Amino acid sequence: MAIRVNLITGRSIQQGVSMEAGKEKPAYTAACGIIELDPVDFKKLGAFRNTNVRVTSDYGSVVVKAVEATQGPHPGVAYIPMGPWANMVVNPDTYSTGMPTFKGTPVTVDIAKNEPVLSSLELVRKACKGEQA
Amino acid sequence: MTKTITDVICPFCGTLCDDLEVVVSDDGKQLLEVYNACAIGAEKFLHSQAKDRITRPRMRQEDGSWKEITYDEAIEYTAQMLANAKKPLMYGWSSTNCEAQALGSELGEIVGAVMDNTATVCHGTSLIAVQDIGIPSCTLGEVKNRADRIVFWGCNPAHAHPRHMSRYSIFPRGFFTGKGHKGRKVIVVDPRPTDTANVADVHLQVEQGRDYELLNAFRVAFKGEKLPDVVAGIPKEKIYEAAETLKSGRFAIIFFGMGVTQSLGKNHNIDAAIAVTRDLNEYTKAAIMPMRGHYNVTGSGQVWGWLFGFPFAVDLSRGYARYNPGETTANDLLRRDEVDAVFVLGSDPGAHFPFSSVKKIYDRPSVAIDPHETPTTEVCKVHVPVAFVGVEVGGCAYRMDNVPIETRKVVEPPEGMMTDEEFLSRVLARVKEIKGV
Amino acid sequence: MAEYLIKNGFVFDPVLGIRGDKADVAIKDGKIVETNAVKSPKVIDATGKTVMAGGVDVHSHVAGPKVNVGRNFRPEDKLFTYKPRNGIERMQGGFSVPTTIRTGYNYARMGYTTVMEAAMPPLYARHTHEEMRDTPILDQGAYPVFGNNWFVLEYLKNNELENTAAYIAWLLRATKGYAVKVVNPGGTEAWAWGLNCENIHDPVPYFDITPAQIVKGLIEANEYLGLPHSMHIHANNLGNPGNYTTTLDTFKLSEGIKPKSKFGRDQVMHHTHVQFHSYGGDSWANVDSRAKEIMDYVNSHDNITIDMGQVTLDETTTMTADGPFEHHLTELNHLKWANADVELETGSGVVPYVYSPDIKVCAIQWCIGLELALLAKDPMRVFMTTDHPNAGPFIRYPRIMKWLMSEESRKQQFDAFKYKDKVIDATNLAGIDRELDLYEIAQMTRAGPAKALGLAHMYGGLAPGLEGDVAVFDFNPNEPYAPDDIEKAFSNAEHLFKSGVQIINNHEIVSNGNKRTLWVNTKVNENPQVMRDVKEKFLRYYTVTLNNYEVSGHYLPNPYVIEVDATQ
Repeated sequence: MAIRVNLITGRSIQQGVSMEAGKEKPAYTAACGIIELDPVDFKKLGAFRNTNVRVTSDYGSVVVKAVEATQGPHPGVAYIPMGPWANMVVNPDTYSTGMPTFKGTPVTVDIAKNEPVLSSLELVRKACKGEQA
Repeated sequence: MTKTITDVICPFCGTLCDDLEVVVSDDGKQLLEVYNACAIGAEKFLHSQAKDRITRPRMRQEDGSWKEITYDEAIEYTAQMLANAKKPLMYGWSSTNCEAQALGSELGEIVGAVMDNTATVCHGTSLIAVQDIGIPSCTLGEVKNRADRIVFWGCNPAHAHPRHMSRYSIFPRGFFTGKGHKGRKVIVVDPRPTDTANVADVHLQVEQGRDYELLNAFRVAFKGEKLPDVVAGIPKEKIYEAAETLKSGRFAIIFFGMGVTQSLGKNHNIDAAIAVTRDLNEYTKAAIMPMRGHYNVTGSGQVWGWLFGFPFAVDLSRGYARYNPGETTANDLLRRDEVDAVFVLGSDPGAHFPFSSVKKIYDRPSVAIDPHETPTTEVCKVHVPVAFVGVEVGGCAYRMDNVPIETRKVVEPPEGMMTDEEFLSRVLARVKEIKGV
Repeated sequence: MAEYLIKNGFVFDPVLGIRGDKADVAIKDGKIVETNAVKSPKVIDATGKTVMAGGVDVHSHVAGPKVNVGRNFRPEDKLFTYKPRNGIERMQGGFSVPTTIRTGYNYARMGYTTVMEAAMPPLYARHTHEEMRDTPILDQGAYPVFGNNWFVLEYLKNNELENTAAYIAWLLRATKGYAVKVVNPGGTEAWAWGLNCENIHDPVPYFDITPAQIVKGLIEANEYLGLPHSMHIHANNLGNPGNYTTTLDTFKLSEGIKPKSKFGRDQVMHHTHVQFHSYGGDSWANVDSRAKEIMDYVNSHDNITIDMGQVTLDETTTMTADGPFEHHLTELNHLKWANADVELETGSGVVPYVYSPDIKVCAIQWCIGLELALLAKDPMRVFMTTDHPNAGPFIRYPRIMKWLMSEESRKQQFDAFKYKDKVIDATNLAGIDRELDLYEIAQMTRAGPAKALGLAHMYGGLAPGLEGDVAVFDFNPNEPYAPDDIEKAFSNAEHLFKSGVQIINNHEIVSNGNKRTLWVNTKVNENPQVMRDVKEKFLRYYTVTLNNYEVSGHYLPNPYVIEVDATQ
């Protein structure tokens, strides 16, 4: 069943290392094309760990792999490492501060088992061309 | 044979470790090993040696493919783009040296650009707060040598500044802190029990987005006044306890990060955090420090400070510098279609800006100066690879506590590759020609 | 190089002893030369104008980390006065904390050519040099701070003069610094724990050494080395009512000590911004001027020089390495406060401040600064400054000249004070009718500071052999003038030459010059003890490595090294 969670984004070691190795590489997708969910939220969602899910907000939508929270528990809070996947859905409003609201965007998470997680370059390229991301 | 270069500065994050050791081949062309760096720093050095590195500029073709072009052609495209734009955005400036930042400033002045750096999506809101309330701070050595109460508020150094805790904030044995971490009390405030929280004495699992209330609760608690039973998800007993812990120390330091700069409240969160620090100075010595992200975003703020008077979001389009976050910041400008060309150097907005901003870069004449292939280079019309600062070219960088350290060149860049400074000098000269100045 | 002949101006030069006579000044190959040494010079007609050497500012906060904090945390300081790019002038902004570009141009417009950065925290030296490099036209140097430095505290506690001297020499070289600066000795180290040293016998926590020992030791070390400038001090207890006693106590530490330097200075102590240190009374209610007591001492002891620290009655930005004072100030005026303590070395604070003529204390401060200058017997030992930007922005120097030269202008200012009578009761200024002339002004702003800095062989006068630093002002001292004419003329030099290059022509800036950075390289006997201590402290307590500490040459694109040999 689709769940509603509060999305935050941020750094992780894997995000940092894979970023330095090259954002075009699979390791970056593995590190950042994910959403960390608390076990409680996984249960509500009714999905197995490592299933692809579609994350949707008022601002956009993206397919990422759902994994178990590595720094939990944090029921109700979901975490996507900073990167182009997260930035498909975060609130871009800066409220006149210049700073988009990278932390604290309400999102809906749906199972999307058969939809692929795109690589970072593909994701950005397709979205710019108006193709479904 | 090989040679080992010591005292190498790591060009990744604001921790700016300067104790790395790099082993290079005798002819200085190959980087073989890195010691003392964290996993991310090590990767940066080693990746510079990748065989699939892009070594020449390239231009996007009509059919979507890349075509290699010469540096001269890239310089021409860039100079024309900037000279012909009414209001170009020149963004990034954080993963490069101060010398390049100063050159970029001169270029921006001549073309009437808006100059913005990565603080705009990182600690820009902190800079705004400092402009309202100031900031009692110190260098990292003061923390190492004196601090016995450490707070990490809305930051996760275990993941973002991996050697911070061992070099400065928790583990070192300094002059007055011979007991190392045993003599320190560590408090982490974070909506998640992070890996940093796991080495702390206390974790306050604040409700996400409610840091403003909790910060103000601390100020109430310092004064021993009445609190509601629960604030931001934290029971008042825990707040009073944490407040007492801080007051009872000899030197308290608050490190803070994106948890408070990027969540709602933004600059008001930081304002409150600085007010907490000010208040704490009535009871004991207290300081506060932002955990700066890129290794030289601080430097960009310093250079623009002394040249223009503002640390980020500097609008030069009218011939004199203007500053107004919300109006002159990169994401707002892009969203409102107020820039007609985009020049990116030393950062990756394609990956780190909200997608709606990235689309605007795609829609415009755009150039990305970056050694890497990134989501930014993916949406720009021209991609110019350059040498890695701190690896293949030296130059000054500023640490998160504003200490300037000169990065080193440890290995030769790929044959024929330019540095940021060389590229910018050539573009500047060409723009001057075009504009007849 | 171009030759110039500045003809027929009214020359004021304390070095040659010319008091306003008509004289010609010749420049060739970057230096002043005899007038018969130029063959086909460009002639500048200075008929009816005032001609002086380029000004020398002995103490101004214009480059470095706390200056930049002042810029970045005060966007409001840029409102209304930003100037767009114009000809060769780049855009320039900032009123009380100008950008480096504006600093260079604004000093040049007042006819100044040499400006010493008043305080450089050694760990941040690279930053100071980057800013000086980006300040056009002016020759500059910077003073590293020593009075709260752990090495100094430990060596002086043990009376190790040679070690102190060796460390000073090492640090001057590592930071490319010019002189020994002392700020709130011991007090800023105490501030790292939230404490302070309020008089010269207050011991520093843990290090257990008194400010008196620190100051005395550093004077002795400075003379042992024979450095060009003397020890340069901002004493304890700045800004507090009653503090004049601390100032006199501090002065007395120099008694009996003679200067030992080959650079021509006569003083062993330069005390800066003495206005802030000349208060009587014991509260803001009864604070009064003790400039008389201070100047009695200064006038009768010729081994001391001072500078004014004149309050200009502006909204400005205070910034100093006296960290505890800045905290005290923010508690007083509740304006934003920035603080930066620096490991093993020093600290700093920055707080905006409004010196309003409606506030009695501000008016008293204004009086005190002027009293110091007007009570001076020897203008070669009392220099004009505002401790920029602490007591006011340096662009007010011509206004201070006006106040010093015109009793009428001082009366006008008194009339503008809300509490004029209370101010007069608490000060001496209203009873002083002395008016300085341009010769005395030249002593206080050119010849005197150059000599005190040990740079009389380069700056401060128009004798042949000195640097070609010459200013021409559209001011005729022999025609009747209104006081405001002084301020107007000296704010806008008609011509300016720096190192023989014309910088200003007909009031317009025509060159960005080729600024030099001065630093002192002192040769001392090898001292393995100090080198071992340095290595150890870097290993254990600093957060940068020893190899990354020293400022490399390329931050000084045009260095001027003063060599000192202290091996004997």
